[in-house]
Amino acid sequence: MKPRPFDYVRPDTIDEAVAVLAEYGEEARVLAGGQSLLAMLNLRLADPGVLVDITRIAALDEIRDLGDKIEVGAAVTQNRLLAWPHLTAKLPLLAAALPFVGHFQTRNKGTVCGSVAHADPSSEIPLSLAVLAGEVVLRSQRGTRVLAASAFQKDMLTTAREPDELIIAIRLPVVSGRGFAFREVARRHGDFAIIAVAALIESADETRFGVGGMSGRPVVRRIATGGGSAVHDAINQLASELEGYDDLHASAAMRRNLLRNLGPVVIEEAIRCAA
Amino acid sequence: MSIDPRAALAKDGVWAVITGEDVRKISDPFLVALKTPVHQWSLAVGRVRYVGEPVALVVAESRYLAEDAGELVQVEYRPLDAVIDPQAACGGSAPVLHPEAKTNEISVRKFTYGDTKSAFAQADARVALTVDFPRLSFTPMECYVVVAQYNPADDGYEVLANFQGPFSTHPVMARALRVPGPKLRLRIPPDSGGSFGIKLSVFPYVVLIAIAARITGRPVKWVEDRVEHLLAASSGPNRITEIEAAVRKDGRILGLRLDQLEDYGAFLRAPMPGPLYRMHGAITGAYDVANVDVVNRVVLTNKMPASLIRGFGGPQLYMALERLVQRIAIELGLDHLDVIRRNLVPAAKMPYRAAAGSLYDSGDYPRAVATATGDGRLDDLKRRRDVARAAGRKYGIGFAAVVEPAMSNMGYLSTLLTADAREKAGPKNGAVSMVTVNIDPLGAVSVTADVTVQGQGHATVLAQIVADQLGLKPDDVNVVLEMDTAKDQWSIAAGTYSCRFTPGTAVAAHIAASRMADKLKNIGAKQLNILPDDVELAQGKIRSRSNPDNAAPFGRVAGTSHWSPVMLPEGMAPALSETALWTPPELEPPSSDDRINTSLTYGFVFDMCGIEIDPLTYQVRVDRYVSMHDAGRILNPMIADGQMRGAFAQGIAAALYEEFTYNEEGAFLSGTFADYLVPTVSEIPPVEMLHLETPSPLTPLGAKGLAEGNCMSVPACIANAIADALGVKDVQVPATPRRIHALMEGAAP
Repeated sequence: MKPRPFDYVRPDTIDEAVAVLAEYGEEARVLAGGQSLLAMLNLRLADPGVLVDITRIAALDEIRDLGDKIEVGAAVTQNRLLAWPHLTAKLPLLAAALPFVGHFQTRNKGTVCGSVAHADPSSEIPLSLAVLAGEVVLRSQRGTRVLAASAFQKDMLTTAREPDELIIAIRLPVVSGRGFAFREVARRHGDFAIIAVAALIESADETRFGVGGMSGRPVVRRIATGGGSAVHDAINQLASELEGYDDLHASAAMRRNLLRNLGPVVIEEAIRCAA
Repeated sequence: MSIDPRAALAKDGVWAVITGEDVRKISDPFLVALKTPVHQWSLAVGRVRYVGEPVALVVAESRYLAEDAGELVQVEYRPLDAVIDPQAACGGSAPVLHPEAKTNEISVRKFTYGDTKSAFAQADARVALTVDFPRLSFTPMECYVVVAQYNPADDGYEVLANFQGPFSTHPVMARALRVPGPKLRLRIPPDSGGSFGIKLSVFPYVVLIAIAARITGRPVKWVEDRVEHLLAASSGPNRITEIEAAVRKDGRILGLRLDQLEDYGAFLRAPMPGPLYRMHGAITGAYDVANVDVVNRVVLTNKMPASLIRGFGGPQLYMALERLVQRIAIELGLDHLDVIRRNLVPAAKMPYRAAAGSLYDSGDYPRAVATATGDGRLDDLKRRRDVARAAGRKYGIGFAAVVEPAMSNMGYLSTLLTADAREKAGPKNGAVSMVTVNIDPLGAVSVTADVTVQGQGHATVLAQIVADQLGLKPDDVNVVLEMDTAKDQWSIAAGTYSCRFTPGTAVAAHIAASRMADKLKNIGAKQLNILPDDVELAQGKIRSRSNPDNAAPFGRVAGTSHWSPVMLPEGMAPALSETALWTPPELEPPSSDDRINTSLTYGFVFDMCGIEIDPLTYQVRVDRYVSMHDAGRILNPMIADGQMRGAFAQGIAAALYEEFTYNEEGAFLSGTFADYLVPTVSEIPPVEMLHLETPSPLTPLGAKGLAEGNCMSVPACIANAIADALGVKDVQVPATPRRIHALMEGAAP
């Protein structure tokens, strides 16, 4: 469990970082908290020529209130966001989801944007970003582009980031005062979820509903909450449509049933939260 | 298989690439308990039989370089068919792992005790069940470590390794290295990073690294990493048990039949098949059953070799026996607890000779059950169940009663041979424990013992026992528990495993210390000018009982043998050191009719629990867990409590989380801690521990082993509760959400 040889660069500015990325392209990997990347290096599943350590870039280590959005820089750790005094008021869904991200110790190192970049299909932060319809800010020597969450994560561990691009931040819309709920099923506390579900009240008769762990990326739908069996039917249809997948911890059929079981519960909780 | 090491050897800092061919030239296959042509060397020779089997060893300047070079070793394989399922491996069409052995089912032994045939003929009913116990391990904090060097001048090896024993494996290593025992000097450090049984299986690597030291002419260090450990260190064996009871309609068991098929993976390593035989004398568990037939079958499959882990055959046995007792209750329409009570060995029959030969030394099982279920505890469980069920929730209550053996009879494995073969080979039995108490020139006391340290608190308990005898404080006694086979005393039984410390080593310490105390009293009597009967050792002094003012400091009297042998009583040898060897007579060889007292002491554990299954997430939640223990006299309550809680946590692990998984082709699917789930503190439910103390009459301290009982009882107890909650017959552990989902939805797991 020792990595292959690699070069290590620790830039002090965003410009330096993107210059290294421009030079090395696919040879380079961005290192932030290292909670996934270092394990992959040690298992020799990742084989970068250069690691670009962005944790000392002061400009990335900021949480900025942009009014209708909160911008979380690429070096901000999960625990730092969790400890941000305005989190519950401005990003209550993140306040609910972040405690499920790994463990206290891993959140001290793991970054918010690193989780988005890694793009595990059942991860809590990408799911929250998708449900909130947030954005990912990418910087390269070619300029800056801002992608919607839905355009950023393409599939399991696959994103729209170009090799010369650095995620410099994500932007999470402020949703104060709206009902929300988050739930996940994991084998143990802190494990990757088997599935995770989140709901955010859109209006009196509509809820935004997201699920991770059913396909290669989080899936978000607007679900009518008009009454009767509408919610159950919509979730049931979504479960059949997404199919789910098999791994050691869950069969596809079990994933579908988890979605059928928990989808209506989390929507119900969001409605109650709004009330 | 062919190996081309050239590219790896061309790398700077790479000293050697060692292959099976090198190993075959300078070492022999490991000795095994069975005379079957199943040859294992420390590297694969000619053929690879399981994922994780070491095929080549790269020796380099650093582990980084060695791993880089390892990727450059070119290995070409000619693929062969694999067999993973133990039952399929016994079939005629299965690929044979060791063609010389001609079969994968390398041992079949049938045993009959009492008159099982008549018992089944007379029974009102028969209840049968098949139980499949999975593979798992209990992973220590630190993995294997071996540092070896070879001295060509005397053709000797010196190895430091966190080996745990039993030291019966030392001759196995020395023979493999083709040296006499003293030429393999094995040192075991004072801390091992934990073990849970698994560090017995460092021994093939002791040989491998020793060979590497000889080939390279350098000291070689290997620190196993977690990937290597999970993939190839060791595992408990999986077992399929077909069990059947002949019962009266009131639930009384008249006879039992067990067919136990145990899967040891690709090789049988010493001292296997231990788990299949360690419980043999106690195969009827906590129940008074006179008639039992047993078939023990050993099978090899394409998995990592299985060996010792905590519980050592107990979890496998009790999963079958305790699930069967629950099934008897269901099929006869009786209360589960009533069936348990009706069959428990009665207190009046203690000491009790079990059908297959174990001598249960003491206990009051019915009282233990009555105590555990009393004080409103069972009523509370029933109330919780009724409330939950009334609300439509899935709640179940489980019970398990187990007998917990301790201090293995070194002769139990010879039950594997027929009586005729044993006759020819000569008897095997006993288990020697050794402790030495030393006095230094200033009278300071130190203790060495034949145990290896894994974190059980042995030093604390030994200090306490010795201090008690010498009238000192435990802090005054310095316990040194590293081992050196060249200088320390040891027998084949040495090491830390199968709860041998409390009935074995602790007793030897007691004997050695009491002998030392007697000598010091005689020395003191002369110096204090009183009769030996009037001397006591107390409060760091040697003094007169009748006149406590007539006293001398312990150290001054104790140091006499160093400075002034002239002051010793006439004819007394100097009191510098006392070594006690404790070998209890009850550990007899197997009898001609295959009865064997497999262990010295037998404790009792009775568990009961309530569990609830979350219908939304398919997770099992332990609502309340009560565990009653009778481990004889408790030597140190805090350490006993820690041991029991640790065993409980690992019982939960086996019941709900940990499993080594292979697919049908033999690919290993649980090679990281993301796949092999060790429960953390968040997953371990609270447990209420209760104690009864029925001292063992067979040891001077009256204490029994206690560190494995919950590993044995918890998986069975939780499986019984799940069966009760869901009304199902077959419960596979670990009862993962995936399996619970399949049970609830009738889907394929």
